[in-house]
Amino acid sequence: MNRKLSGAGKFAWGLVALLAVLHYDFWNWSDRSVVFGFLPVGLLFQALISLGAAVAWTLVVRCAWPTHVEEWADRPADDA
Amino acid sequence: MITALLQGPPKSAVPLYVVGVYLLLLLGFSVLNSRRARASAGEYFVASRSIGPFLLLMSVFGTTMTAFALVGSTGKAFDSGIGVYGLMASASGIIHSLVFFLVGIRLWAIGKRFNYVTQIQFFRGRFQSDLLGYLLFPVLVGLVIPYLLIGIVGAGSVVKGISGVPTWATGLVVCGVVLAYILTGGVRAAALANAVQTIVFMAVGVLAFVLISGSLGGVEQATQNVVDNAPQLLAREGTIGHLQFLTYCFVPLSVGMFPHLFQHWLTARSAKTFRTTVIAHPVFIMIVWVPCVLIGVWAAGAGVEAPGGNSNAVLAKMVGMQLKNPWISGLLMAGILAAIMSSLDSQFVCLGTIFTHDIVVHLTGDRFDDAQRVRLGRFFIVAIVAVTYLLSLAPPPNVFDLAVWCFSGFASLFPLVVAAVYWRRATAAGAVACVLVAGGTWAALFYDGLLAPTLAGERIGEDYLIAGMMPVTVMIAASTTALVVVSLLTRPPSSATVGRFFDEAGPGRR
Repeated sequence: MNRKLSGAGKFAWGLVALLAVLHYDFWNWSDRSVVFGFLPVGLLFQALISLGAAVAWTLVVRCAWPTHVEEWADRPADDA
Repeated sequence: MITALLQGPPKSAVPLYVVGVYLLLLLGFSVLNSRRARASAGEYFVASRSIGPFLLLMSVFGTTMTAFALVGSTGKAFDSGIGVYGLMASASGIIHSLVFFLVGIRLWAIGKRFNYVTQIQFFRGRFQSDLLGYLLFPVLVGLVIPYLLIGIVGAGSVVKGISGVPTWATGLVVCGVVLAYILTGGVRAAALANAVQTIVFMAVGVLAFVLISGSLGGVEQATQNVVDNAPQLLAREGTIGHLQFLTYCFVPLSVGMFPHLFQHWLTARSAKTFRTTVIAHPVFIMIVWVPCVLIGVWAAGAGVEAPGGNSNAVLAKMVGMQLKNPWISGLLMAGILAAIMSSLDSQFVCLGTIFTHDIVVHLTGDRFDDAQRVRLGRFFIVAIVAVTYLLSLAPPPNVFDLAVWCFSGFASLFPLVVAAVYWRRATAAGAVACVLVAGGTWAALFYDGLLAPTLAGERIGEDYLIAGMMPVTVMIAASTTALVVVSLLTRPPSSATVGRFFDEAGPGRR
């Protein structure tokens, strides 16, 4: 991670953290209802967490990419 | 209608022909692509660090999705319901990508800069400790063997369930085919085969989902059967505990210490190559796991019985419902085998690589040339596969449980890799203590939770928990404590070592 994270980068990491918290969906714990006629609500919610993760990681990759790591790897390894 | 479908028509040989053709095509494809691998050890072991974004995504995903994801998840959903998805799949979508981003990219950079090929080389360099390397070697090999076992057992149970072929024969064929393309092509062959096989098993998975739901009267009817006959599987209440659910999140940390995944990371052309993998991994997991979990609970709703109480066989039994069309059954079987083989190949290559580099080359220096090193790697691969195959002849009763134990072992070593890339004060003694404590706690809990009951002939119906938590929690707490306490009590690493891995522009910069 870069030392100074942009506002968008902070938002992206915040979204990842939010998804990690929402993953514990205790409110669905005993909910056996079915949506769209076939999908248990607990499974639908967790599938949405997966989709949300893809969105969050897209933002992290765009807004908080560790550029310095790649630059360091490409420098001559005189100390290797 | 369900009863009639469950009985099914007599078994046909056509599915075996379909699988045979698939295996031959795969072999041909891999051999054609293996020419470059003969050039050097660098090509054989890390594909000359030239793999692009698409191949990296496919090889990393194909490697992490094994019998655990298909056979195991279906069986576990059959036993415990839809909560299985939250336990492993959605958690992995967050945590796997997190590990790829925070650990994988840094390890790639260090591997490229210092020309590392294996995990053990990295840890030896970072902690300046030979002992750590010799200690990690048996631990990593010992944890990969059960992982291989999961694949071979899973393949055997699927093929037996669909076509009646004995598990020993399936294991022999699967090991033989994977060995054939790995021994010729190395990690590039594994990556290319993984790409093909990942596409095959994802496409076939969707096909299986459509066909199986159709055979049950449609998705709505399939779920209605669960509402009527096994409603407890539609929620987590009564099947999964709160602490158990929360602490399951530690299990996917294992990807940070999989030696075969480390090797795939090193094949990346650049750090940017990781981007596609980090983003697409959660969605790919969803595409594979949602159908498998639904098929598992639908099987319970339809009154399917796991043969001998072995939930490994549930997926095969559900696919067997399609035996009306043996061509489709063959295609489904090939897809499931593709998922399993796409993990086995990377694990095989990785074992050969760490044996060659971390034991042979480390002990003998430049005595062996490139060609000899590749030959030694191949020899070790064959030996390990032979041992694993023999172990598979006495298969464990539940693929999912064995996999979780295996992943827990790798996860217990996760603090080591985090400290190696982020904590300057971590010392060699601390790292050794971490490995010893992780190995010791894993062995003790594995014996108590799985091995002893299995040897006593007991059926393990529920997860082994400690105060309601997954055992991985205790393992990680113990290994982290050992790492931190022993590091703080011993002399800090030299400034030269710290400067090498943590300079101002380096990956360890905070």
